[in-house]
Amino acid sequence: MLPELIAENPSAMLIESRLPDAIVSATAAPDGPVMGLSPESILPVFRLLKQEGGFNRLSAVTAVDWWPREPRFEVIYLLHSLQSSERLRFSVRVPEGVVLDSIVSVWRAANWYEREVFDLFGISFSNHPNLERIMMPADWEGHPLRKDYPVHGHKYSYSNE
Amino acid sequence: MPKLQDEMEGTARVASLDAEHELSVGDPTGIEPRMEGHPPARRMTLNMGPQHPSTHGVLRVVLELDGETIMRARPEIGYLHTGIEKQFEDKRYQQGIPLTDRVDYLSNLNNNLCYSLAVERLLGLEIPPFAQWMRVMLCELSRINSHLVWLGTHALDIGAMSVYFYCFREREEILKIFEMFSGQRMMTSYIRIGGLALEPPRGWHKAVTQLVERLARGIDEYHNLLASNPIWVNRTKGIGQLPLDVMIDIGITGPMLRAAGVKLDVRKECPHSSYEKFDFEVPTRTENDVYARFEVRMEEMRQSVRIVRQALAGMPTGPWQADAPHILLPDREKMKTQMESLIYHFKIVTEGFRVPAGSVYQVVESPRGELGYYVVSDGTANPHRVFMRTPSFGNLQSLGAMLENVLIADSVAIMGSMDFVLGDVDR
Repeated sequence: MLPELIAENPSAMLIESRLPDAIVSATAAPDGPVMGLSPESILPVFRLLKQEGGFNRLSAVTAVDWWPREPRFEVIYLLHSLQSSERLRFSVRVPEGVVLDSIVSVWRAANWYEREVFDLFGISFSNHPNLERIMMPADWEGHPLRKDYPVHGHKYSYSNE
Repeated sequence: MPKLQDEMEGTARVASLDAEHELSVGDPTGIEPRMEGHPPARRMTLNMGPQHPSTHGVLRVVLELDGETIMRARPEIGYLHTGIEKQFEDKRYQQGIPLTDRVDYLSNLNNNLCYSLAVERLLGLEIPPFAQWMRVMLCELSRINSHLVWLGTHALDIGAMSVYFYCFREREEILKIFEMFSGQRMMTSYIRIGGLALEPPRGWHKAVTQLVERLARGIDEYHNLLASNPIWVNRTKGIGQLPLDVMIDIGITGPMLRAAGVKLDVRKECPHSSYEKFDFEVPTRTENDVYARFEVRMEEMRQSVRIVRQALAGMPTGPWQADAPHILLPDREKMKTQMESLIYHFKIVTEGFRVPAGSVYQVVESPRGELGYYVVSDGTANPHRVFMRTPSFGNLQSLGAMLENVLIADSVAIMGSMDFVLGDVDR
């Protein structure tokens, strides 16, 4: 059963008809509803949206750290359809340590964005072709965009010297 | 001791990174006489950058070469990573504006605008028409500024030196306008949450009118200078092509996608800041090569001139800031004479303003493509998370695919046509 907010949304209806239980929540936002997905359903949902929903572009993948709340991370997928000019936002809540499916097989654009999320948040993706740090040096410790990572006073910062 | 070991491991890893792209044949020197059958593959790994003038910043590209042909190119980024997204979380909303300037040094105003629009949407703030039109006018000047720098450096990379001087001469005039408005040539911070930073200066209309006339003449001149140059045409036509579905799949936006025939422009697709009131075209080409990208950007500059002219002709009157005393600092005079303004001033300076909890993804059309700010508020005066979907990052991802099986000399032209800013990539 779809939440009332997205009951009329064609993309949500498409997902619900093929993959019931994939959509777990819906939140209102100024730029349209945000659909919450269950972590194991992302790959089939995005494959469906690309092939039948017309969402041929992935704008970006990013994450938000809600520490100390649980589940800690929220991974955001920003989709865009060139035919209908429609934009969709999906969010997936994952606790620390859970490995998400990589969606590089759906959109190649996800490659660097998932590497960035891995680098700065420490969220892993399975079946990613090259899951390495992208912004920080390869031997860096910690994930800078986590909320428990300090803005100042890291061991390499100048104030400690 | 453990630290030392750590460091050694670090260097070893970097060395092995290079080693895996080393010569993969038995004879690394390549001087052994050829054996029967297949000639040995003579692959060489070449490091382009991080300090290479044609990479326009600090981009490192590891090239695997077979003779002069690039077999594989692997872009390495992160040399300019300054943690801007992390710094946002430590600042109040309005304090984030100077950070947006420093992402992309060629389109500061577009970045200012995108962040402001995102926060304004969370706040539900209405911006007066004068401020909206002013924003449009300045953003279009900023687009011309960015394209002029692109044209100059791109032409310089390919060997046409004089265009560079012309472009920078005109660009200087645009920067003078920015200085006139904001007091700063490049890091303007002029578009703020709730409107503009300052009242537009006296005489701006005349100055911008003169500039636009000059630009309109200049753009045609530079177009002729290059389009009728056989060397330029030979070096740019038919190179840097990728199939269209790959381009969309890999996340390319902006002039590169338009040069492949896709009419995607955020200004038309989901207009903001009264863009819907302006009459302009979205130029496209279908050749999808370096030359087509040149033509698209030249035409975009003409369209921007057209928008600026319309803004000059029909600029509405009215306030330059929204009516929101709890968000915008009061007028200096009022602050010193009225109790209420003084209280607001004190509260804004000491506490900032709270933004209702929620999240928004706002897009604008930057000179490089789709620029998006994803702002998450948890109801406090500091953003919980700010993510920048920068066009350069999305476009640069295609570099590996685009440089496959091209000559090294062409790689410089292709990189120039992508028009990335490394600050925009690494953030």
